[in-house]
Amino acid sequence: MNTLVLDVPGWPGHHAGQHVDVRLTAEDGYQAQRSYSIASAPATAHLELTVERLDDGEVSPYLTDVVRESDVFELRGPIGGYFVWLPHLRRPLALIAGGSGVVPLMAMLRHRAAVRVAAEVAPARLLYSARSADERIYNAELERLASEDEDLRVAYALTRTQPSGWTGYRRRIDRAMLQDVIWPADAAPLIYVCGPTAMVEVVATELVELGHPAPAIRTERFGPSGKP
Amino acid sequence: MRVVEDLVLDGNAIAGDLAQFFVTEATAALAVCAHCSAEGPLGGGVLYRGAGNVLRCRGCGSVLLRIVNAPDRMYIELTGIRSLEVRVSCAETSADPLQSH
Repeated sequence: MNTLVLDVPGWPGHHAGQHVDVRLTAEDGYQAQRSYSIASAPATAHLELTVERLDDGEVSPYLTDVVRESDVFELRGPIGGYFVWLPHLRRPLALIAGGSGVVPLMAMLRHRAAVRVAAEVAPARLLYSARSADERIYNAELERLASEDEDLRVAYALTRTQPSGWTGYRRRIDRAMLQDVIWPADAAPLIYVCGPTAMVEVVATELVELGHPAPAIRTERFGPSGKP
Repeated sequence: MRVVEDLVLDGNAIAGDLAQFFVTEATAALAVCAHCSAEGPLGGGVLYRGAGNVLRCRGCGSVLLRIVNAPDRMYIELTGIRSLEVRVSCAETSADPLQSH
């Protein structure tokens, strides 16, 4: 996992949840393009991408291992208007992440924290599933945000290994966990789910079964990688 | 024989490609499926990514659109979209999804 801090001349600003397409061109003209979620809040001066290294990837090994300060590459964005959260949406904000799916949700929590000082914002809950404690990203920052804000709750599910004394969940996200952590349907939360395809599929199905209307559930799948 | 399986994603994954064709952010646009009349944002459709991108209706599975990227051009087929609705106010993303319909 690597966080890139980018200086983008002429960046028009973005909404929390949007992504960029990164295009790399080899010397022989071969091009590879991938989408990466923006991790930084809209008001931040630099654009941050948190990239997970996929061993068989064409783009992520470059962005995690090879890239150096002052390297230049092509970006297209900001992109997307569907998986986006804006602070004036006052419904309770329910965020459900699997693995590096936490990245666009982190942009939402960072944005929410930044505007909270001056404006009223909706309460937020994050349910974050990772294989182990070490694979969680933004751990210290999430802890700090939650300690500063009584309207923010963060719950973890560690699916493979748990440190001794772990008091969080020890299994994949399931219906009982969603009932524990996320508001019931009659509280009308807005729900954002981001993670590997199989995880998002399960969570979205359970949310509908729990009575959440489909338009209130926004999903972003990123393929089969990163088994929970 | 090796079976190559398509990636299954959401319509938001083609937001960048759609931006090559539409002036307004298209994944927030409400599409009506020509087959089952279900209505929803393009970003919420089921996207199959193989050699090209095929977006299907989450309700009935019919093809809504296809996008193919070639080195120097892009093709789009809007096979199964009866209508598209976009917001023309200042922020197309500002709608509360539970109140818009």
